[in-house]
Amino acid sequence: MVRVAESEAVARSRRSRLSLLGLIVAACAWCGTAAEAQLNITITEGQDAAVPIAVVPFGWQGTGAPAFDIAGVVSADLGSSGRFAPMATRDMVSRPTQAAQVNFQQWRTLETDYLVIGTLTQDGPENFTATFQLFDVVRGEALTGFRLQAGRADLRRTAHRISDMIFQELTGIPGVFSTQIAYISLERRTDGSKQYRLIVSDADGENAQRVAESTQPLLSPSWSPDARRIAYVSFEGGVSGVYVQTLRTGTRERVSARAGVNSSPTFSPDGRMLALVLSRDTGNLDIHTLDLSTQVLRQLTTDAAIDTEPTWSTDGRSIYFTSDRAGGPQVYRVGTEPGARAQRVTYDRPYNARPRISPDGKQIAVVVGENNRYQIGIVNVDNGDLQVLTNGRLDESPSFAPNGAQIIYATTQNGRGVLASVSTDGRIKTQIASVAGDVQEPVWGPFPRP
Amino acid sequence: MRHAFVILLTAATLTLTACGRDNVVPEDAGANSNGANDAGLSTDRQGNDGVITESPLEAEQRRLMQQLVVYFDYDEAEILPEFNALLQAHGQFLARNANSQLRLEGHADERGSREYNIGLGERRAQAVRRVLMLQGAAGTQFTTVSYGEERPAQTGSDDEAWRLNRRVELVYR
Repeated sequence: MVRVAESEAVARSRRSRLSLLGLIVAACAWCGTAAEAQLNITITEGQDAAVPIAVVPFGWQGTGAPAFDIAGVVSADLGSSGRFAPMATRDMVSRPTQAAQVNFQQWRTLETDYLVIGTLTQDGPENFTATFQLFDVVRGEALTGFRLQAGRADLRRTAHRISDMIFQELTGIPGVFSTQIAYISLERRTDGSKQYRLIVSDADGENAQRVAESTQPLLSPSWSPDARRIAYVSFEGGVSGVYVQTLRTGTRERVSARAGVNSSPTFSPDGRMLALVLSRDTGNLDIHTLDLSTQVLRQLTTDAAIDTEPTWSTDGRSIYFTSDRAGGPQVYRVGTEPGARAQRVTYDRPYNARPRISPDGKQIAVVVGENNRYQIGIVNVDNGDLQVLTNGRLDESPSFAPNGAQIIYATTQNGRGVLASVSTDGRIKTQIASVAGDVQEPVWGPFPRP
Repeated sequence: MRHAFVILLTAATLTLTACGRDNVVPEDAGANSNGANDAGLSTDRQGNDGVITESPLEAEQRRLMQQLVVYFDYDEAEILPEFNALLQAHGQFLARNANSQLRLEGHADERGSREYNIGLGERRAQAVRRVLMLQGAAGTQFTTVSYGEERPAQTGSDDEAWRLNRRVELVYR
């Protein structure tokens, strides 16, 4: 990790690159779709080890009230990670907006380790520049600083980018505050009917947008690697079908509605294929691949067992899946080349299902079942060692954050479906509760691409 | 009111077709059979007093035909012995009524992963289908769908709710 002494100069030297960064932020991708109720994140474990940081409200150079509370979003982001404990604004003795105004001794007295200051400047009616600096309070030195340009609609994303940069500087791990999550929300109405919604939101639960809606079950959302499409299963019309929907345009294609089960779609790493589960006329669930451009369907497994929940290895050359061919469900791996034989991967517990591969390909998140409890575990790909990370009764649907440091999953609280996350070392747990209804099947989207 | 089983079956076929995907119980169909019955199978068991009579065997068949749910053990798709008679009655009915269509909806309890539970529901529906076909029903009379844990019959997270949710529903079309 490179630490720089004079951030103002560094910021200037990086300005051209960062101006670009700021402009990457695209316009609303789902204009016209309705906004949904947000999620609220609460740290449930690991808070005591959080690093104290102060994010001072940004200075404002423009007309009228500040266009956006950048510091508020950065502070909430860092806090939601569980790794930082942001100082409440009311506890700040001073509110510097420039390096020259910082009194390090004062911040040391307040026992904060790091300090973030910045300014939001209005360049035109719809154009803004955000600058920020991050200081190591103990050493009394600047660590990093950036200048980002943004349109009015991009100010929230700009704040998330600032959070990402601060998080990476201080932890060495890329931040995931600019990423999105997809999940299914379920509303039970008083007349007994149900409303299923496929939702995409920012990683902090804000900016929730409805992608699909049905009175019949929606399930198994899966991101394309470029974050532009989502595959999912819909039971509309009383039969299961696999659909691929382009988020920006809302157009969708039914890619499989064969007889029997159409289930568990996941995109290949190159985005050209889907792995999916079909029972076709045999009634037996097997793993298939579907080439999305040629429509060529290939069957990868033939065992009489339930073979389901496929997920691609990071190199796309094999597929991990759940099978009960040995009795209870366990994770297996099969090569995508013709004639490949499946090999068993998990042994440790009577129930290991729903594998998802970590971004570095070294770990598999699974649902671990034993003694009537279902929890999230991670399995070491090389030696099969299992570490159970959660302690719920009905935990399911694990999905790695794209930085590999966190897993989002579904659990229940007081009979309601809620989302939760756990750091892959098991130390930090957060709960992400929906304001209304049940939420289930979270899937963390990839890093945004320029 | 008592009905002749033959009437029941004939009317059930007609009414069930009309009622879409609701869980129609043949008893309702029987009630309709008091009106004009155009199937020509209705009057051979009518007694002298004009009251339709029913033998103990017929009553048992009628009772079985009204049962439209088969339950399963945890993570199992094996047909439990207590459902043999039920499935025999439905299988024989389907064999005698080649135009009858049955939709088998497989379900699982909420435990474990959702997509594996889709697999369990399908396996249960297929197990029921096989048993019905052994009674002479044709494969073309069935459609199967698995909802996994998505459509519980009973909400709650206890043994009783789970027991009621591990099921296959027989839905006549």
